[in-house]
Amino acid sequence: MMKKFMTALVFLMAAAAVFPVLFLICGSLMGDTELLRLLIPVLGNGEGFASWKLMPLYPTFSHYVELLLDSPEFFVMFWNSVKITALTLMGQILVGTPAAWGFARCRFPGKKLLFTIYIALMMMPFQVMMLSNYLVLNEIGLLDTLSGIVLPAVFSTFPVFLMYRFFQGLPEAIMDSARIDGAGEWKIFLSIGIPLGSPGMISALVLGFLEYWNLIEQPMAFLKTKEKWPLSLYLPNIGTEQAGRAFAASVLVLLPAVLVFLAGQDYLEQGIVSTAVKE
Amino acid sequence: MTIHTKIKKREYKGLLFLLPSFLGVGLFWVIPYGDVIRRSFFSAVSSEFTGLKNYQTVFENQAFRLAAANTLRFFCICIPALVTMSLLIAVLLTRRKKGMHILKSMFLLPMAIPVASVVLLWKVLFHSQGLLNHLLELLNFQGPDWMNTDASFFVLVVSYLWRNLGYDIVLWVAGLGAIPASLYEAARVDGAGEWKCFVKITLPNLLPSLFTIVVLSLLNGFKVFREAWLVAGDYPQNSMYLLQHLFNNWYRDMSFDKMAAAAVVTGSVILVLILLLQKAWEGGDSI
Repeated sequence: MMKKFMTALVFLMAAAAVFPVLFLICGSLMGDTELLRLLIPVLGNGEGFASWKLMPLYPTFSHYVELLLDSPEFFVMFWNSVKITALTLMGQILVGTPAAWGFARCRFPGKKLLFTIYIALMMMPFQVMMLSNYLVLNEIGLLDTLSGIVLPAVFSTFPVFLMYRFFQGLPEAIMDSARIDGAGEWKIFLSIGIPLGSPGMISALVLGFLEYWNLIEQPMAFLKTKEKWPLSLYLPNIGTEQAGRAFAASVLVLLPAVLVFLAGQDYLEQGIVSTAVKE
Repeated sequence: MTIHTKIKKREYKGLLFLLPSFLGVGLFWVIPYGDVIRRSFFSAVSSEFTGLKNYQTVFENQAFRLAAANTLRFFCICIPALVTMSLLIAVLLTRRKKGMHILKSMFLLPMAIPVASVVLLWKVLFHSQGLLNHLLELLNFQGPDWMNTDASFFVLVVSYLWRNLGYDIVLWVAGLGAIPASLYEAARVDGAGEWKCFVKITLPNLLPSLFTIVVLSLLNGFKVFREAWLVAGDYPQNSMYLLQHLFNNWYRDMSFDKMAAAAVVTGSVILVLILLLQKAWEGGDSI
């Protein structure tokens, strides 16, 4: 009895976890009149309570069409989000992969201290680093530019740590036998390290995508010009009088993240576990 | 070339791998944070050395006390709730092989959902005439005005639990998977019931994971600000006002001396936690 109850509860909670996605998709397909009728108590000055339905009465793509055809600002901000995410991830892989390899494979004095600094930096909440971030961007004149968001993120230490965990698991014997065959350190990194450590790189990319697609604090603090904002700041600014458009925009922001999640879930889980595991 | 110089040379090449990262991390994070520490001892206006005065100002500041108390309360309520809930679900999930994968995906999905997308739902859900109160009304309860009373704290709790359950479940499932099945078999042969197995085998074996999971949950907890800020803005209802709001508002007012002192205080607390976490990792087999 108890067990049945617990199982039912878990199913209910799982359903609640995915409910927001269904809610948004459903709302984005409803016509204006239907949305208004359901949500009037929340949107304006209606009586009673807002209600919801599992399916739209008359499904329509009109909000998507509206958003894609006559909201040029949506495209600008979508493009900003793409630029921030893509450039950051590329930079992180370019700088972070060799660094992770260096930490995992080489011994040098002071390594332990340096690595502790890396771990501390990756775990600091943004607010603690906010002032330092501002000071350096102000110093080099990158405030209110996309580079000012991307560059500090490229040198985030989290991907280094994550890939380090994966590189560390490779047996040293492989490298030694390559060395005996006369391969140089760079050759070993490129032709053994990268192929064998690629799950770590993909994990870093998946976790990184979810983080930077969702970036709020940094652009909010450092981007004054609205034309440079990413989507995450644009969405809450759509007025409630345009509820249909807000629903459609929410779904379009959600879509890339959910696709990355579905395609990379195994890597995502490996990534989460490897931040906690010591091999 | 002797073996010794060969290894020396390898070490030197290792530093080349790390060099670009060192330069960037130093320039963008370490040096500016050092500057913040320096600034915390100086006045922002006159650039005079003021010793611990900024720290005193911060600790006497009403907004800081409110925000620190709220943040502490938030963690004291949310982390035990999250850790136990995720453990229970993880145990149930590992028991039933059927549907385990899909259920885990369902719990993990919120991690991927951009905060900006759920703002709309949060507004509809937690409005005083919103969906949640509609549901409560059907159950014959009178729901509060979630956003404008002390109940707003609950909005934070829900946001946090919803987004982080899957993350912790994945960690617990990994921890559970590492317990050798032979332990359970032996116990069953000796006639131990399910509950006894849980208390005597599962819990003690998960203890090393517990600390790691608590610290990671805590660090993820700071991100709840995203939901809070997008839903309620710069000055939300008092019980929702977190340290993150305070930093944000000081930043806008350019109160850099207070910010510097608060960044050093908060940073040090977190650093202590991280050092403890590292000790736990080195202690061997967490998870």
